[in-house]
Amino acid sequence: MAWRIVVGLKENVRDARGERVRREIREHLGIELQSVRTIDVYTVDAQLSEGEVAAAAAGPFSDPVIQDYTINQPLALDFDVLVEVGYRPGVTDNVGRTAREAIQYQTGRAFAPEEGVYTSVQYLLSGDISVEDAERIAKDFLGNGLIQRWDIVSRADFDGSKGVAVTVPKVTSTAKPEVRPISLEVSDEKLMEISRSGMLALTLEEMQAIQFYYRREDVIASRKAVGLDAMPTDVELEALAQTWSEHCKHKIFSARIEYEDDQGNQEVINSLFKSYIMQVTADVRKAKGKDDICLSVFKDNAGVIKFNDDWSLVFKVETHNSPSALDPYGGALTGIVGCNRDGFGTGMGARLMFNTDVFCFASPFYDKPLPPRLLHPRRIFEGVVEGVEHGGNKSGIPTVNGSLVFDERFAGKPLVYCGTGSIMPRILNGQPCHEKEAKVGDRIVMAGGRVGKDGIHGATFSSEELHEGSPVTAVQIGDPITQRRMFDFLIIARDRGLYNAITDNGAGGLSSSVGEMAEFTNGFEMHLDRAPLKYSGLQPWEILISEAQERMTMAVPPEKLEEFSTLADEMGVESTDLGQFTDSGYFHCLYEGETASYLPMEFIHDGVPQMVLPARWTPPSLQEPDFSQPLDMDATLRHMLGRLDICSKESVVRRYDHEVQGGTVVKPLVGVANDGPSDAAVVKPLFDSFEGVVVAHGICPSYSDIDTYHMMANAVDEGLRNYVAVGGNIEHVAGLDNFCWCDPVVSAKTPDGEYKAAQLVRANQALYDYCLAFGVPLISGKDSMKNDYMIGDTKISIPPTVLFSVIGKIEDLRKAVTMDAKAPGDLVYLLGETRDELGGSEYYALHNQVGANVPKVDAESAMQRYRTLNAAQGEGLIASCHDLSDGGLAVSLAETAFAGGFGISVDLHDVPVNAAMREDRLLYSESASRLLVTVKEENSEQFEKLFAGQIFACIGEVTADEYLKITGLQGEVLIRSTIDDLKEAWQSPLREM
Amino acid sequence: MMSKQVRAVVISGNGTNCEREVANACRVAGAEVVDIVHVAELISGRARLDDYHFLNLAGGFLDGDDLGSAKAGANRLTHAAVKGSEETLSDQLQRFIADGKLVMGVCNGFQLMTKMGLLPAIGGDYQRQSATLTFNDGGRFEDRWCYLKVDQESPCVFTRGLDGVYLPVRHGEGKFVVENDELLQQIEEKHLSVVKYCDADYQAPVMEYPLNPNGSVAAIAGVCDESGRLFGLMPHPEAYIHRTHHPRWTREPELPEEGMGLWLYINAVKYIRENLL
Repeated sequence: MAWRIVVGLKENVRDARGERVRREIREHLGIELQSVRTIDVYTVDAQLSEGEVAAAAAGPFSDPVIQDYTINQPLALDFDVLVEVGYRPGVTDNVGRTAREAIQYQTGRAFAPEEGVYTSVQYLLSGDISVEDAERIAKDFLGNGLIQRWDIVSRADFDGSKGVAVTVPKVTSTAKPEVRPISLEVSDEKLMEISRSGMLALTLEEMQAIQFYYRREDVIASRKAVGLDAMPTDVELEALAQTWSEHCKHKIFSARIEYEDDQGNQEVINSLFKSYIMQVTADVRKAKGKDDICLSVFKDNAGVIKFNDDWSLVFKVETHNSPSALDPYGGALTGIVGCNRDGFGTGMGARLMFNTDVFCFASPFYDKPLPPRLLHPRRIFEGVVEGVEHGGNKSGIPTVNGSLVFDERFAGKPLVYCGTGSIMPRILNGQPCHEKEAKVGDRIVMAGGRVGKDGIHGATFSSEELHEGSPVTAVQIGDPITQRRMFDFLIIARDRGLYNAITDNGAGGLSSSVGEMAEFTNGFEMHLDRAPLKYSGLQPWEILISEAQERMTMAVPPEKLEEFSTLADEMGVESTDLGQFTDSGYFHCLYEGETASYLPMEFIHDGVPQMVLPARWTPPSLQEPDFSQPLDMDATLRHMLGRLDICSKESVVRRYDHEVQGGTVVKPLVGVANDGPSDAAVVKPLFDSFEGVVVAHGICPSYSDIDTYHMMANAVDEGLRNYVAVGGNIEHVAGLDNFCWCDPVVSAKTPDGEYKAAQLVRANQALYDYCLAFGVPLISGKDSMKNDYMIGDTKISIPPTVLFSVIGKIEDLRKAVTMDAKAPGDLVYLLGETRDELGGSEYYALHNQVGANVPKVDAESAMQRYRTLNAAQGEGLIASCHDLSDGGLAVSLAETAFAGGFGISVDLHDVPVNAAMREDRLLYSESASRLLVTVKEENSEQFEKLFAGQIFACIGEVTADEYLKITGLQGEVLIRSTIDDLKEAWQSPLREM
Repeated sequence: MMSKQVRAVVISGNGTNCEREVANACRVAGAEVVDIVHVAELISGRARLDDYHFLNLAGGFLDGDDLGSAKAGANRLTHAAVKGSEETLSDQLQRFIADGKLVMGVCNGFQLMTKMGLLPAIGGDYQRQSATLTFNDGGRFEDRWCYLKVDQESPCVFTRGLDGVYLPVRHGEGKFVVENDELLQQIEEKHLSVVKYCDADYQAPVMEYPLNPNGSVAAIAGVCDESGRLFGLMPHPEAYIHRTHHPRWTREPELPEEGMGLWLYINAVKYIRENLL
């Protein structure tokens, strides 16, 4: 029978969790409750004695100092409505897993396969609310119908003796596992029907290519030889659909694009990826010659560059947008722990060193009606932040750098970028650690978690196709601890040389990880029935493409297999031998001895027809807005500081452990009160060296509404600008591009596809031009190309967005510079030219305008500036350095002042400009490549000598008083505000999030 | 039986996160032998606590803190049998304590010690839990540097000669709670509440957020047992070993090279040299 162990806080103990829930119910739903109390429920479905259950309840499940428990009885009766929220069958229940292990430790007996512990939480709501209100609270805040179920009981209907009825969310499946043949000898309509109903997401052209393949005589013959008939099996179709998916094959970036610009010039681009991204990296590496820092680019799960003679840096940034839209918590958690596996799955494996995260949301204060099935931006915000918090903190990886970007269109699809930096030895066991090679005869070994229906067909699965008893496959929930155990084991296995190659199981699961690793040997033989399952009833094709988390695949030499498995067992990690890598030339899967797939490697990897994509650039017709300069410039500055893109993100930053591992030298929060906004992070990866890793990023989607070419140029410059601001060496830096686009393929749903495709081309052209000009190689990246929301006739497309992340080095981190003003009397310098470039700026957005004059990047002068700044930092001439980006000069001045706790006095007369312009434009222009620097007076002469001949000026000084004082062009006092007032305006908007 | 070497061990595995920087702190403090030992090594019997003087229980999220911080971890240590012997890990641990050796638990390690009953262990009962660490009053995880006032009359060997330290807290369950007022009174009378959250001048304990980040009773950030050899605290001493760890090192040039957290490890090593070698 199943037992219910109910655990709650003693009467006199404060329920902080309940109080937080009460607060958030008010914030999210405007429902005022007297109190919310929380109770944990463990449903134990296992053969245990009464005594054993009592021992579990009294031991690991409850805390005698603050908690009481009952067994099969309710704990509390003082409520108006009770809501109990638990998981649906098949959803990862980390607490349940830990609870099961705890009982096993106590009893010394392992659970039987069908036994388990399931957790749920009771919310005891007190106040004047109806069951209908409670239903809304459950649906719109406490639970997520996609992965959770709930019971709602009013006090009147509550059985005081038994409490809530027992529910055991066990996966029930009756379908017998089998390999099914599927005939493709059907009409084109039927082909598309097969693709749609099977969620294969294959186009007609691709289905026809497959159909044609299976008609070939030689194919039919070779299939007969292994006991397969001419029809493809479901395993084969799923493997093809996975390998050929946009997600895995990047068909849009590989497409043949026919581009026409606004002058009517036509150009054919054979793969954006090859023509721009790979090409610029090749050209930069050639130009750098012996100073080339790249070690492994574009060929592995992450990029690798040199750090020093002994160590290499590994960096990867991923997106996890669609899952985060469906389940913000699980989607984001899975995003970050998945990106961790990319770092660990690079070369022979790397030690994870830091995380970065950038989120793009609609305003959490969004107050318009939401289109169907969209979660409120505030829920997405809360869920995503918490998911990444748990993923990063529990994994022991500091989150050192990030951003929050807001635009109403992100209500349609939030963007969740997760990055991970890692470090590996240059040489391991005599081989370069960034290289790997599976060898013929190596065993295919999967380690870590078990296989479930998690993430099959990813987010294409929609919620109403779920029903009681059917496992959730749309989203996954990561399990940081299972993954941590696996990494603890694998880093030892790596150092002992127990495997030849390693990769992660992410999108596409085993099909992708084994299929790609098998390219080393040109073939493999894998027994799907040997994979350990979370629950019975998985079909062979489901085992192949399941995206169940926390799994890595290794190529283990047969003679090392025993040592590998023994070590895994000892460290509590499950590992399974699934077959071997061969040189057969075939993607060969078996199920219970019978061949389930027999596809040539070259067909599965290279058989996909190239997409042809028309792209036409017609610049949007835009004008500069016409409004007069506000009278109260102090108020305007406060409004600017309070804008969501500019205001303090401290409430989020503090929820992330940003200093675990003991190496975060420049933290996200700096200044006299530890709350100023750092431009970039500096991490000390080695205990015995003062060499530092510098990480930063640039992202500016608002410029895409004018021209994605300049959006991209500014993102590259912003990333590098932040990087050099703290002291990153501009000669030792690499970039990563993460494209998030709206669908650029012309169709009935996307009539403006040619324009969106042209936007994509232009962004790539800028990426090439500016990475070449700055000498920055691209080492890795990712594209997410379908960020649209479409239900009924409502369509929301995100603004084309590229996150440009940079990673590099500072030779001596003791010379790092932070953005806070350091001392009264220091001189304030502005580096770079201010132009009338407010198109797409925060200032225009404040006036609900876009404008036309988008900032343009002059890479040559910027590069000279960044080099000189590095020199000045090296000589210790820089007291503080802060970049100018959103909100331009005024915002940068205010942040520098209040972060330092000093006033600043400047004169706009002294700001270097290319042409006279209005004061508000001077203050809020977002012209690129500018930096605000403070310098001790005794260093100013040397500082000015270094910058001689460049565009820069001393515009004022740091003052002992508490005022930011800005003198206008007529010598009048334009702005005079206390730094406390400005800081309050900057801190208040998101303080309570 | 042991040569004249200070031998420190840091236990890792199942969600510990800070083992590497704790080990580094022990090394910088002068310990000759510092081993990071996975709990699987202890359970297999290949490694033994008896071979060390200084046991470090590092920060992290044992088993994800899934049943409450360190609860599942405490359950494991209590029940895990050591292969090829009759004893459990907790038997080894009790012997380690009886031998007069040092134990320091930081953050999740402090939570672990408290929930196993190792702290405050009034009257030397190291088996019964009498206090706990639970959710911050704010209901959230937080990373924030805190000022800590040291009770100079405390028997704690780790804080000898210190009056105040500045260290980061990084936790969601750091609120120290005791089973009753009598216990709190005893803790205070015996000066077992070693460090308390306080103002920036290290003068008075503070109950208000954010100086007191979690609402701990009597602003208690860390406690020791009556011998002073067992010590646990929520703030992270291993996170302030060098001046570049300090959040304001770029604006406070007068900061000494040595971080304040290092002092606790130096005291431990000193005590071992003077009393256990």
